[in-house]
Amino acid sequence: MRRTTTVAVAALSAGALLLTACGGRGGPASGGGGQQGAQISGDKIVLAVLNDQSGVYADLSGKNSVEAVKMAVDDFKAKYGDKAVSKNIEVVTADHQNKPDIANTKAQELYDRQQADVILDVPTSSAALAVANVAKAKKKIYLNVTAATTELTGKQCNKYTFHYAYDTYMLANGTGTTVTAEGGKNWYIVYPDYAFGQDMERSFSAAVQKAGGTVIAKDPTPFPNDNFSTFLLKAPGLSPKPDVIGTMQAGGDLVNLVKQYNEFKLREQGIKLSVGLMFITDIHSLGPDAFAGTQFTDAWYWNFDDQNRAFADKFKQRTGTVPTFAHAANYSAATQYLEAIQRAGSDGADDVVKQLEGYSFNDVFARNGKIRAEDHRMVHDAYLAEVKPASEAKADWDYEKIIRTIPADQAFRPVGQSGCTFS
Amino acid sequence: MTNFLQQCFNGLVSGSFYALLALGLAVIFGMLGVVNFAHGACYMLGAFGAYILLVEAGVTFWLALLIVPVVLAVFGMVLERLAIHRLRSLDPLYNFLLTFGVTLVLQDLVKREYGIQSQPYPQPRGLTGSVDLGLFSYPAYQVFVLVSSLVVCVAVWYVLTRTRVGMIVRAATERPDLTGALGINVGRWVTPVFGFGIALAGLAGVLAAPMRAVNPLMGADLVIAVFAVVVIGGLGSIFGSVVAGFGVGLLQALANLYAPTIAQTLVFLLMAIVLLWRPAGLFGREEAMA
Repeated sequence: MRRTTTVAVAALSAGALLLTACGGRGGPASGGGGQQGAQISGDKIVLAVLNDQSGVYADLSGKNSVEAVKMAVDDFKAKYGDKAVSKNIEVVTADHQNKPDIANTKAQELYDRQQADVILDVPTSSAALAVANVAKAKKKIYLNVTAATTELTGKQCNKYTFHYAYDTYMLANGTGTTVTAEGGKNWYIVYPDYAFGQDMERSFSAAVQKAGGTVIAKDPTPFPNDNFSTFLLKAPGLSPKPDVIGTMQAGGDLVNLVKQYNEFKLREQGIKLSVGLMFITDIHSLGPDAFAGTQFTDAWYWNFDDQNRAFADKFKQRTGTVPTFAHAANYSAATQYLEAIQRAGSDGADDVVKQLEGYSFNDVFARNGKIRAEDHRMVHDAYLAEVKPASEAKADWDYEKIIRTIPADQAFRPVGQSGCTFS
Repeated sequence: MTNFLQQCFNGLVSGSFYALLALGLAVIFGMLGVVNFAHGACYMLGAFGAYILLVEAGVTFWLALLIVPVVLAVFGMVLERLAIHRLRSLDPLYNFLLTFGVTLVLQDLVKREYGIQSQPYPQPRGLTGSVDLGLFSYPAYQVFVLVSSLVVCVAVWYVLTRTRVGMIVRAATERPDLTGALGINVGRWVTPVFGFGIALAGLAGVLAAPMRAVNPLMGADLVIAVFAVVVIGGLGSIFGSVVAGFGVGLLQALANLYAPTIAQTLVFLLMAIVLLWRPAGLFGREEAMA
């Protein structure tokens, strides 16, 4: 069955590739519009959101990220009115199903046939890197928001790719360092055995060791997996006994692991749980009590201050749900992209890159935000958060207590360590 | 040693789910010759059934354990009458495609209503603690899952081998034409048996709700492994599917401990080895393959 499916998918993507190739040959007329001042290719700006619309990331990003980008477009039009560099702004979207090959094909299609000026979002590290290659080849802008890999701003960086929101270094640095410093010296790390998990494990091990802790054991787990008992039972028997289990699982696997962690009562045995990457949707899945006391690094929290709450209210009116940090970050990325075009007076990729590089700003998502020119990492304040028990929640979806703010210049990987050269 | 035994226990808990699902698949395949791809989706519906009953009507886990399988059995029988029945005279591939399509529809309907994220389901009251098993203590709920699965498997085995109904079903599985010639209305048993197989999947789903992530895709990956389990046990072999279910769970848990890198592919490796060695599966007979 698998094989048949694989063949079918392969055949479909090959078909799509052919279509793209044919469509691409015609190509849109690039740059050089006759208008004086503003130079907008094809007389319109096209923002493309490429993400997972039916799989594991569909709720934390998905269609509502498209909505967030549309919100950004509406707000941009309202702000500039007649002075906007173009009033003709379109949002298009495609589903990459978290597969790098589909992401690759779709990205080409978006840039070539749909005349996208920018691609946004793109969760799943392997798919995100595939799109970075397309952006580089096509010399088109790509603002990645929801992928975690530091490779986007590391060895695989390129002139047209920017990384927004978060990455594995930010998560490990925030959570790993703090939990270790607060007494969780001995770590047992379990991680799903694929690119994201491996990257997370490396980042966390490094952060724990830097903070004076020890990783006494680490185990790759199958993915997906619904029984984590093996690993959870192994923990108390390790020598020395770990203080913390660091889980790098995401989505349904994370929920499985936490349910079983609670069943085996490891917290009562003095083994804390630390979660590598957590979205507010994950807390919602289990109910806050299952996670209560768990610390993690968050990029943005809706109930942090008035500005965030105002955005959350507006977002909720449009979508019926509370925004995750991915939604807010997509809004911010789209806004900053449009602002860059407004400043440049052109949507030519090279002009926009010039405007984005080194730009400092504050908006609803990013506090002390800055787009580093050296590696295109967007840095901003991150937050160390703790899950509140349900009894302390003051509103629906009020799950987090922000313990402290990690300043933008400390939250992300220092510039010199990225290995990015734009070559 | 204690650790080893604990891990074996884990494996048996995983195996409980494999066994219940494989048993349902085996019964259905035996009687109808249909490879029911929708089994994973029915498992998912079982878990969502429990969740919906709890949220919408405050029905407890214990009642859900009874209600959900019955509702799913009815659903299964309707599905059999309306769709599967009509394709039975054609190549088995048609029903395979049909049930695959049913899976996609069910998954997407649930996704539409509840999204992709997992839904919360609490542990049933009375089973939140742990049980002292002598050498080690173990979460009470997981012990309950293991015991329930064993009881159901033994009960099904008893019904099939020791009662008149079981005799008819087994005879109809082996030689439908001959059984018919002896004056037994084989067709009458097809629909209830299909419903029963689906009910088993639903039961496994309800049992999974308190300990696993309840989301629309929870059955999608599991069903592939369960197919491998059924093939290992011998397609259509009731006994084989149960033994293979618990056996694969056990080996997987041990592989997680000693060889994590192959744990994920283990079930397929086992399947390949078994197929090379005994093409009809461990307990299958060549006839059952026909």
